[in-house]
Amino acid sequence: MKKYALLIKRGLLDENPVFVQLIALCPLLAVTTSAVNAVMMGLSTAAVMLCACVAISLLRRLIPADVRIAAYVIIVSGFVTVLQLLLQAYAPPELFEALGIYIPLIVVNCILFARIESFASKNDAVASFFDALGMGLGFTLGLVVIGVIREFFGSGSVFGVEIIKDTSSHLLIMVMAPGAFFTLGVIIMLRKYFMLRKGVPHR
Amino acid sequence: MNIILMFVSAALINNYVLTQFLGMCPFFGVTKKVDAAAGMGISVLFVTTLSSVLTLVFYVYVLRPLGLEYLQTPAFILIIASIVQFVELYMKKSLGSLYSTLGIYLPMITVNCVILGVALINTRYVSDEHPFLEALANSVGAGAGFLLALVLLAAIREKYENHPDVPWIFQGFPLALFSAGLMSIAFMGFQGLI
Repeated sequence: MKKYALLIKRGLLDENPVFVQLIALCPLLAVTTSAVNAVMMGLSTAAVMLCACVAISLLRRLIPADVRIAAYVIIVSGFVTVLQLLLQAYAPPELFEALGIYIPLIVVNCILFARIESFASKNDAVASFFDALGMGLGFTLGLVVIGVIREFFGSGSVFGVEIIKDTSSHLLIMVMAPGAFFTLGVIIMLRKYFMLRKGVPHR
Repeated sequence: MNIILMFVSAALINNYVLTQFLGMCPFFGVTKKVDAAAGMGISVLFVTTLSSVLTLVFYVYVLRPLGLEYLQTPAFILIIASIVQFVELYMKKSLGSLYSTLGIYLPMITVNCVILGVALINTRYVSDEHPFLEALANSVGAGAGFLLALVLLAAIREKYENHPDVPWIFQGFPLALFSAGLMSIAFMGFQGLI
């Protein structure tokens, strides 16, 4: 049991896909204009990751090594199609509209392939489940942090709850494209600074 | 006229990299040197042009008549993967020098968001008058915009990488992100074009 808790902790903190590994930046920067979008995107990616990692882990002895990438792509795109249909049917229409093209683009999400290639294709289904859960939650955490920062500064609210009423003090640039780059840049600088303070050698 | 507008819009005004965040991995991954960035950009331009037309043909003549539009994502990614494989084989056999410069980027292109993203966006044009012409303009524009953004960022990064005046905390990834943000602001200026 301790092994599984460690796997989750690794995905959430030690090897967080957003702040430490710096991969899967496309959805990270694109849909974090508000915290709600960020939660939705993170959970969608995590759901696909859980299903795909468990399925591939169960099939790992049957998939020939030469065509493994093609096989992974097919399995992942199957789950993404299921998710897209479910969201179209049950999610609020404006949320589905906001995530738009980034839902089918989960198929080419780097974090998914990194976990499949380096973990799910080598470990049993239970361990892969917890690895995918940790990484999925870690990705959601990263999205939500950036989403909250951008929504707060850009539209003066958090999770849709208005905090700053005065619209003239909203930094519109934060919800536009450049704000995404600046927010992530500042977060990485802060991480570097705290790593230095703790005496961890930087890369 | 409309076609030229669509090309300019895809390449500059709605640049796929800087305003829609597609293709972020190569945008930060292969922009340490201008040569590598140009190689990656040209490969993407080439494959996007080819794949977007073929995926749209498949969508219009196979998926739509059969009512299988919901299978577009798996179908498109399969088409893109096979095109990349064919292009790689062809280049290896008959264009040796080009293969040795672009070869390493080709396998990475299969999972490039720009190519799948453009293919998915092109399905919006199916009900228009000239869907294939518009799709072609959009994809060439997207590829050209990707190439431009990559080469620009690589040129900026080459200037300051390992420069002694850059504070330690900015070095590497943060400065690349800030440069990209400033480029994105600059590209917003193109909105005045139309």
